[in-house]
Amino acid sequence: MKPRYAPYFFLAPFFALFGVFMVYPLFDSIRLSTYSVRGMQNQTFVGLENIERLIADPLFWTALWNTAYFAAGSLLLQLPVALALALLLSNARLKGRNLFRLSFFSPVLISGVFIAVIFYLLYDRRYGLVNRVLGSEIQWLQDPDLVMPALVLAGVWRWAGFNMVYFLAGLQSIRQELYEAAAVDGAGPWQSFVHVTIPALKPVIAFVVITSMIGSFQLFDLPYVLTEGGPGNASMTMVMYLYKHGFEFINLGYAATIGWALAVIIGVISIIQVRLFGVFREN
Amino acid sequence: MRNPVRTTITYVLLILLTVLVLTPLFWVVSASFKPSGEIFSYPPTFLPQDPTLENFTRLFQEMPIVQYVVNSTFLATSHTLLLLAIATMGGFAFAKYSFRGRGVLFAIVLASMMIPFHLVLVPLFTLLYQFGWLDTYQGVILPYLASSGFGVFLMRQFILGVPSDLIDQARIDGSSEFGIYWRVIIPAVKPAMGALSIFGFLGAWNEFLWPMIVLRDAAKYTLPLGLASLVGVYRQEYGMLMAGTLLSILPIMALFLAMQREFVQGITLGAVKE
Repeated sequence: MKPRYAPYFFLAPFFALFGVFMVYPLFDSIRLSTYSVRGMQNQTFVGLENIERLIADPLFWTALWNTAYFAAGSLLLQLPVALALALLLSNARLKGRNLFRLSFFSPVLISGVFIAVIFYLLYDRRYGLVNRVLGSEIQWLQDPDLVMPALVLAGVWRWAGFNMVYFLAGLQSIRQELYEAAAVDGAGPWQSFVHVTIPALKPVIAFVVITSMIGSFQLFDLPYVLTEGGPGNASMTMVMYLYKHGFEFINLGYAATIGWALAVIIGVISIIQVRLFGVFREN
Repeated sequence: MRNPVRTTITYVLLILLTVLVLTPLFWVVSASFKPSGEIFSYPPTFLPQDPTLENFTRLFQEMPIVQYVVNSTFLATSHTLLLLAIATMGGFAFAKYSFRGRGVLFAIVLASMMIPFHLVLVPLFTLLYQFGWLDTYQGVILPYLASSGFGVFLMRQFILGVPSDLIDQARIDGSSEFGIYWRVIIPAVKPAMGALSIFGFLGAWNEFLWPMIVLRDAAKYTLPLGLASLVGVYRQEYGMLMAGTLLSILPIMALFLAMQREFVQGITLGAVKE
């Protein structure tokens, strides 16, 4: 093999898989969303009917609302927790630092299915640990007003340690002189946090906000196992709704349309955030 | 940290938070060893009063859990090995060759990382149907590898750090391009491959939705699929569910403990400048 062809040879496996299993399905997904597909052999062209139906579908808006609720909850609750964990661990001379970090990170290693099973027991009205500690008998997963907050809390437990690692790496890359200079200027701990730490962490914060938004919008396994989208549809998410139409009702055209709606929403939110943070501006 | 009050507050907070994070895991361990009567005692007990292995023996009797472990291991290992091959080759090409189309192809790799997998869930399913790949392991593994863009990017970042002199020297010594890849690049990026393999393994081991869509035959189920089906049948059998959960978490915890350093290095590379 000549060196000239070598890079193409090395890139072939990735681009072959990417072409067959991503690019082609992307185009097929556009086609599917203009069809009514009932089973594999029964396809009728319906044009924009699926989109019209989606806009008029109250359940789609419920799913969108629930998903946005989860994403916003994660952003407002989970990221500050992750940053706080990182700040607590940022001192290199801390004893047992590795052990703490490992503990905070451990939930990340667990499949969503198992996390759902764990929280199923924790949230039990009578035998669950949460009510035991609170001394209450709250029906966390059966109350339509509480089920989404309960899922957000489970999400905090699951992902805070993951984002903590990013913040920790960001904190370690801040030059110590910046803090010394701030101290010389008479800045207290809070002021140096606001004026040194936060600006220096901006690229990491942008990365974490965008990736956790994208992740949150694809929430599936937790509510699927924990609540099956219930009670009623109080915890139905967009990917669950897509799954229901695609693989339970075998309504592939409509499911593809939901997929596009999801992609557009994720795309728009990502672009807004990229603009907001001004990522890529310097490069 | 010279301030003793601040030090004390830091430790107290850290210990409280650790307790908070670890309690659900402790609860899993504790519940796995409780006889079913005790799980439903009120108020709930923190430690099993009468520890038993009943949940584990029932789990092994009533569920093909060994089969699930074998399936999960096979699937996650194949996925990881293929991911490593794709990512190191792709990363090598981007890091050490200049060729026509490099910029565009690299931009495609970066863009591929932004495409949500769920967008193509339905068309992928129909594609697998046409291939006759539903209910097969290649049907689970290969489409998932189309999202290896992150791996390619990660390996490129590491391979950039491999001195080009080593490559030139090997070429002068008459090594083929593949020989350079195999004997120069691979040994040089072993730590980074460690990071990527935990990523790949963890992702494949824990993935739920995609294998659930592809796999039909319960004999092919992975651990998460098996356990999720258990949830449906044994809604009230917390003890067995917890024992199953514990067994599924343990291997991944062990793997992580063994390769912690590589993993942390790997996940942060994306966010912090190289």
